[in-house]
Amino acid sequence: MSAVEQAQAEPGPEAALARPADRPDRSPAARRRRRVRALTYAVAVLLSLFVLVPIYFITVTAFTPREVSYDFPKPFIPGTVSAETVRFFADSTGVTAALWRSVVVAALTLVLSTLLGAPAGYALARFAFRGKSTYRLLILSTRAFPIVILSIPLAVTFITWGIYDTTYSVALMHTGLALPFTILITSSIFVSVPRDLEEAARTLGCTPLGAFVKVVLPLALPGLAAAAIFTFVLSWNEVFAAVILTLRQRTLPALVLAALNTSPLPFRFAAAWFMLAPSLVVIFVIRRYLLGLWGRVAR
Amino acid sequence: MATTTAASVATRRRLGWAPYALLAPSLVYLAVFFALPMVNAFGLAFQGDEGGYSLEPIRRMLGDERFAKALTTTLLLVVIIVPIQFVVAMGMALVVNARLKGTDLWLYVFALPLGVSELAAGIVWFSIFTEQGWLNSLLTQVGILDRPFIFLDYQRPTLLILTIVVAEAWRATSIVMIILVAGLQGIPRDYLEAADVFGATAWQRVRHVILPLLKPSIRVALILRTILAFQVFATVIALAGSATNVLAGEAYRWYQNLRDARVAAAYASLILILSVVSTILFLLLLPTEEDRPT
Repeated sequence: MSAVEQAQAEPGPEAALARPADRPDRSPAARRRRRVRALTYAVAVLLSLFVLVPIYFITVTAFTPREVSYDFPKPFIPGTVSAETVRFFADSTGVTAALWRSVVVAALTLVLSTLLGAPAGYALARFAFRGKSTYRLLILSTRAFPIVILSIPLAVTFITWGIYDTTYSVALMHTGLALPFTILITSSIFVSVPRDLEEAARTLGCTPLGAFVKVVLPLALPGLAAAAIFTFVLSWNEVFAAVILTLRQRTLPALVLAALNTSPLPFRFAAAWFMLAPSLVVIFVIRRYLLGLWGRVAR
Repeated sequence: MATTTAASVATRRRLGWAPYALLAPSLVYLAVFFALPMVNAFGLAFQGDEGGYSLEPIRRMLGDERFAKALTTTLLLVVIIVPIQFVVAMGMALVVNARLKGTDLWLYVFALPLGVSELAAGIVWFSIFTEQGWLNSLLTQVGILDRPFIFLDYQRPTLLILTIVVAEAWRATSIVMIILVAGLQGIPRDYLEAADVFGATAWQRVRHVILPLLKPSIRVALILRTILAFQVFATVIALAGSATNVLAGEAYRWYQNLRDARVAAAYASLILILSVVSTILFLLLLPTEEDRPT
């Protein structure tokens, strides 16, 4: 919050350039530009508040004593900070197990979708072959389908396969959900690794696999890691498929959703914070890659 | 240079099978976990009690008293959410692209909800809109209200829908924003500077330079967002409980509470059809020059 205000207080470098302190530009165009700039800052602050204030509220609720959840009016600056609400949630029946299952499902999804998707992404990035544009179009067209909804027929299939209500059946579904994304992302990451380097390694006697492992992989690794982390969050957050595909082996969101209307307020608020917190950290970690990740998918 | 090219051509010829081998696992996987369930969804939706084809699940879906409301609520949500989000996301994207002090920080803040789940967002906004929640705390303390106002009033569906719209706008605007920012960065800065030189106002610049050049990104963002909006589910449950209902919620209810996977599949098929139709509409209404696949 303070960082935002600080950023707002300092004048931009461009503003300083356009308007030296000793000789302010009084032309109407410059004045108009300054007005637009001031307006932009105001809009930026308003939009930031819209994003940040709800996060502040839920954090305050999660870290004040349980009774405060029922207090009215609520204090905007918490009187006492306490982990009681969070601990109450964590100690509730099934929460630890569900938390662990969520981690397992997300990790399985990450590994599976990377193993299946990255080779395809590499093929799209590096090879010219018949059917390439068809394959690309096929992957792009998955966007037109609400994939999550497919968990209903999948549930019926999983029952006949005998793997219904297991953590890995949820991971299988989540992999299907994440795979098109992984393929497009990894392909754009591999495209950004210069082909010349790989070919130089081959000329110097590397096998295609050797060139990939020694040259391409180290350069692509940060991007691949960012994509993998995002896949993790995708699975961590997913609730519809998780609640359809499980009965007892609930992931955290599925557990919270199934109990939502019967659970006390502190439980819900702490649950929301638990689901939210990791994603905030993740977005922070991969912030440099966000544009690359989603921007490239958009093309 | 010539030798490298020759070498690469040679390897390409030698490794002609390689791309297919690399693609095969993902294709097989998508066939089993994407194409097959899609076919199965329609199969289930037209399956009778003793197997075989039947319109019974569809009849049950259409005959359900909650069906019409679920359909209209979902469509209403899509129609309200998508334009609002587009405007907010465009505002965010233009702010990021304006290169204010701390561009990365603004981008990070606006992108924060990207990682927030539907369910968490629903509960966060429930804590704000609930009778003894944050919004009422604010309004009574400032003196605008004497006593708490019931925002989540089960008697007033319009108000419920508006709270869902706010929660969804908060949660899912970032994805639209990211796509638009990525698109904006692809616009050569010369174009914008040229507009400046000719004395274009900020609005003229957006209207006549940015929007036309941004069309491909806008189209993708709208398609993605609309399909997500058709699947809206956990936000609705967290905010409105069973007071209002949407298509995905009905699919869940029929599967989980009424134990009828076929009617649930009928709902899934309906969402599928709506999504595909909306995608086609966007493709037709916003044609771009880059439509030919590369």
